[in-house]
Amino acid sequence: MEGVRPPEEWIRAAAETPRGYGAMKRKEDARFVRGRGRYVDDVVLPGMLHGAVLRSPLAHARIVAIDTSAAEAHPRVRAVITGETLAVLGLAWMPTLMQDTQAVLATDKVRFQGQEVAFVVADDHYAARDALDLIDVEYEPLPPTIDARRALEPDAPVVRDDQEGRTDNHVFDWSSGDAAATDAVFAEAAARPDQQVIGADVLYPRVHPAPLETCGAVADMDPVTGKLTLWTTTQAPHAHRTIYAMVAGLPEHKIRVVSPDIGGGFGNKVGIYPGYVCAIVASIVTGVPVKWMEDRSENLMSTSFARDYHMRGEVAVTADGRLRAVRVHVLADHGAFNATAQPTAFPAGFFGVFTGSYDLEAAHCAVTGVYTHKAPGGVAYACSFRITEAVYLIERLVDVVAHDLGMDPAELRRRNLLRPDQFPYRSATGWEYDSGDYPHTLQVALEKAGYDELRREQAELWRRHAAGEDVPLRGIGLSFFTEAVGAGPRRTMDILGLGMADGAELRVHPTGKAVLRVSCQSQGQGHETTFAQVVAAELGISPDDVEVVHGDTDQTPFGLGTYGSRSTPVSGAATAIVARKVRERAKIVAAAMMEAELEDLEWRHGSWAVRGVEGASRTLAEIALAAHSDLELPEGVEGHLDATTVYNPPNLTYPCGAYVCVVDVDPGTGEVHVRRFVAVDDCGVRINPMIVEGQVHGGLADGVGMALMQSIAFDLEGNCLGGSFMDYLLPTALECPSWELGETVTPSPHHPIGAKGVGESATVGSPPAVVNAVIDALSPYGVRHADMPLTPAAVWRAMQGRPLRTDLAIS
Amino acid sequence: MQVPASFAYERASSVRDALDLLRRHGPDARPIAGGHSLLPMMKLRLAEPTVLVDLGGLAELAGVAIEGTNIRFGAMTRHADVLASPVVAEHLPILVDAERVIADPLVRNRGTVGGSLCQADPSEDLSAAFSALRASVVISGTNGDRVVAVRDFHRGPYETAVAHDELVTDVLVPIRPRTGSAYAKVERRAGDWAVAAAGAVLTLDGDRIADAGIGLAAVGATHFVAVEAEESLRGAPATPASFTTAGALAAEHVRPVADQRGPVDYKRHLVEVLVTRTLTRAAARARGEA
Ligand SMILES: Cc1cc2nc3c(=O)[nH]c(=O)nc-3n(C[C@H](O)[C@H](O)[C@H](O)COP(=O)(O)OP(=O)(O)OC[C@H]3O[C@@H](n4cnc5c(N)ncnc54)[C@H](O)[C@@H]3O)c2cc1C
Repeated sequence: MEGVRPPEEWIRAAAETPRGYGAMKRKEDARFVRGRGRYVDDVVLPGMLHGAVLRSPLAHARIVAIDTSAAEAHPRVRAVITGETLAVLGLAWMPTLMQDTQAVLATDKVRFQGQEVAFVVADDHYAARDALDLIDVEYEPLPPTIDARRALEPDAPVVRDDQEGRTDNHVFDWSSGDAAATDAVFAEAAARPDQQVIGADVLYPRVHPAPLETCGAVADMDPVTGKLTLWTTTQAPHAHRTIYAMVAGLPEHKIRVVSPDIGGGFGNKVGIYPGYVCAIVASIVTGVPVKWMEDRSENLMSTSFARDYHMRGEVAVTADGRLRAVRVHVLADHGAFNATAQPTAFPAGFFGVFTGSYDLEAAHCAVTGVYTHKAPGGVAYACSFRITEAVYLIERLVDVVAHDLGMDPAELRRRNLLRPDQFPYRSATGWEYDSGDYPHTLQVALEKAGYDELRREQAELWRRHAAGEDVPLRGIGLSFFTEAVGAGPRRTMDILGLGMADGAELRVHPTGKAVLRVSCQSQGQGHETTFAQVVAAELGISPDDVEVVHGDTDQTPFGLGTYGSRSTPVSGAATAIVARKVRERAKIVAAAMMEAELEDLEWRHGSWAVRGVEGASRTLAEIALAAHSDLELPEGVEGHLDATTVYNPPNLTYPCGAYVCVVDVDPGTGEVHVRRFVAVDDCGVRINPMIVEGQVHGGLADGVGMALMQSIAFDLEGNCLGGSFMDYLLPTALECPSWELGETVTPSPHHPIGAKGVGESATVGSPPAVVNAVIDALSPYGVRHADMPLTPAAVWRAMQGRPLRTDLAIS
Repeated sequence: MQVPASFAYERASSVRDALDLLRRHGPDARPIAGGHSLLPMMKLRLAEPTVLVDLGGLAELAGVAIEGTNIRFGAMTRHADVLASPVVAEHLPILVDAERVIADPLVRNRGTVGGSLCQADPSEDLSAAFSALRASVVISGTNGDRVVAVRDFHRGPYETAVAHDELVTDVLVPIRPRTGSAYAKVERRAGDWAVAAAGAVLTLDGDRIADAGIGLAAVGATHFVAVEAEESLRGAPATPASFTTAGALAAEHVRPVADQRGPVDYKRHLVEVLVTRTLTRAAARARGEA
């Protein structure tokens, strides 16, 4: 017996494991901390070749000629694919998720620096890379459109002249809210002495999700069966399979997409990139598997960026700080192809929630999308479909209003936050907020931070600074955010016609162990643990007895994937519901086992028992075995306990949070030091609080990065100035304070277990808190706004009254 | 993964062996020390040496020691060894300040003193610190050694006095009494290269400044130094006013270029602030106050 005893640590871990919700170490970490994760780049197949992409050094140029002969002559090169090769197959262009088209390999022109021009397939990665230098492309350089603010000028070079008849760079106009009602409030506020209109121009610069694992794929087209297996870095394996079927004309049942362990997504891995398509074509052409894995610079320069929203926001406000209406104009830079990833009917994502957490009479926004000669993408980076931009804008505006009115920003928020009795609340732009107790959440955060004491310390430091002492400038920044996550009701939300509902399957083996199959895929969120806990809680078994299968389209039911904080709101709900179906099925079996009436049975966490009968009870494991046995079941009831479901969410869930950031600014150098960060999140019911906190920690670090150091800027020739980790900075432990977390819990009334998504809350909520803190620190210098990233240079220039423009090269 | 072009690899067994290998393989061969500048350049294919001559095994080139009136740094002394050296802590606080803000612990475990000087990156912190200290560099060739003042060592960005078949073996820093030093750097994030950095070395004679060295990184200072500011301090009283004047003079004579780290006016401003701050701290240290 000794020999089969599991290791002591396993036994201990199992003893510590809760039977449902609660902090529990992540099941998946056992393999990650041992280096046993299996990522796309770990996939090695017999005879596999390696691809590399030749990219454009120019932002805008006509391709005069491509000479691949020297590369083809390289002894280890097997194929060179160009746009011409793809054009023959009808694959030189592909549709984007926003119903635009994107060049797979350029044929006529290149339209951004880093655009894909050719694909080399060689015996190994080194040879493929060497051969790129042997391809001779003759370019005729053309002037590019780089500055988004000038993209609509009549003489701006036209980016998409591949489109018949196009003469400008306009992509779309989209608006939300009641323009007339909003204008009326603004007219009144402007006219009355006890009201005013306060506005600011706010840029959310282009940033990049920068997952540690870059994007890549291994394509294996079996020439005999005609089945394509694609291991790929995708956050949406099922959606990708369907799109490949539609684009490439491959039968969908002959496509298997496998998303193995994924080293971070943050939205970067929602879209389909040319490299994936090239790997597939290369496998078809060569008849053997082909791997393509981009490098860091390729990832930063060519894959989905995020934000790039140039916003003008105005607030109509009363003298005593009552926010009446908000009016917003946005210029959205979409790069060379409109390849953002969001529900199709929402060209500006969920930016419509820009009214934030406040009770407004009216609101209106107008968003204009433009093409520029920059990398395509957008939305990505833990943003809940542009809620990041929306929250940043409103939270910055509220602070600008506080500044202009001379009011305390906490007090101003308190006066305007939605009250608990207003829920469910229909916002001025038509969103139905499900639940929340905002004043309470704010209060918890302010108390945790010791807000009043912080203000006293700040006043003292400002006084000493004014007296000429060498002290830092202290700043305190708040943000209160509301998110709308869990897309979404399929009545209104789809991606290329695919409704955003998720399936789930639960199989219970004869011995009572369960296998859950879900459509979404984890990129680090801990699904293998959280979803096991959901099943465990519903069935009264240990999470260790639930295996979560995901990321393989041949093994899992259809669903739209993991992004927009939708896994727990959608797949998590499907999981709870499918477990409840199993439980109901178990009830029928238990009734047959105990020869009892259904209505006499009651669920006692893990067992069905006959009410009032001592000892008449069957555990799920006993029931499972019986369900697979020769037990006589009632007419019309099949055997086994397995169940499937599809969950179509009735509404989004609306997590919220109140954040307080404390910074010190060195008035001599402009350096910012984040001293403290208090984050109180309300994401409804917390399944695994430890995982929730981990998600929040990561998002807060992201927020510090965006607020203080990150942006992908371009010079006017279109050179990307953020193409390496030397130029695009990720925050380190030294920039992050010890996070101080808190929680309030307002369950979602429409979600089966009351949970709301949390994956992106901190990324959404933290940048305004950090920026508000820095601007607050600079208020002795009369600063009311400066754009991210607030690098030392940007801070100093703001103090000089000459703020930097952060989306272009600093000159 | 970024991959370099193909190259041959030789591991040197002695300085003499390294010099032979370099001569034999010609100008496209390069010595490699910590590799933390050279390897990234090779991966980006900004450098494509045909042969690497690895100095990693040359224990004779490693270590910090007092030799007469000098402190000797072997070229292969790692940043981390400089940071941990009691000799450095006692005599050269400027290097402790600088090493704390050079890259991160991983890079500091590999990167070397010699590699830093030979890389001659205009932002290299040790180039500024050693220039402030008026160090000298020992260069070995097959025909013997020569000693070059560090202020003559750098010939321009990425250019030094070292020929392709020569090696830097040592850096020598004179020990001076009544001397204090300090270094300060502004960076966008820990481990980032400097937006601007300044180092100051002050030798006091009572209340007067006997001699001053000011090193600057990342701001286009010729030979990494601020000679006009140094000149203004020599013989001047060691007072805040003198330091402020020197800061302003240094700022006036640098030629920074704008990049994503900051615009020209900001970098110039930083020179003024950082020179003044490091002089103030160096003076305090010279007086034994800090
Ligand atoms: C992420 C990162 C951040 C960094 N941040 C900073 C920073 O903030 N500040 C800073 O100052 N530096 C920074 N560095 C550079 C770091 O200090 C390097 O280690 C250093 O510049 C080069 O030292 P090395 O030993 O690695 O040289 P190598 O890369 O091995 O060599 C550099 C050059 O010097 C030549 N060379 C090396 N040794 C000799 C010798 N003995 N004789 C002749 N030629 C020689 C080589 O041929 C090569 O041309 C950073 C590096 C990295 C990777």
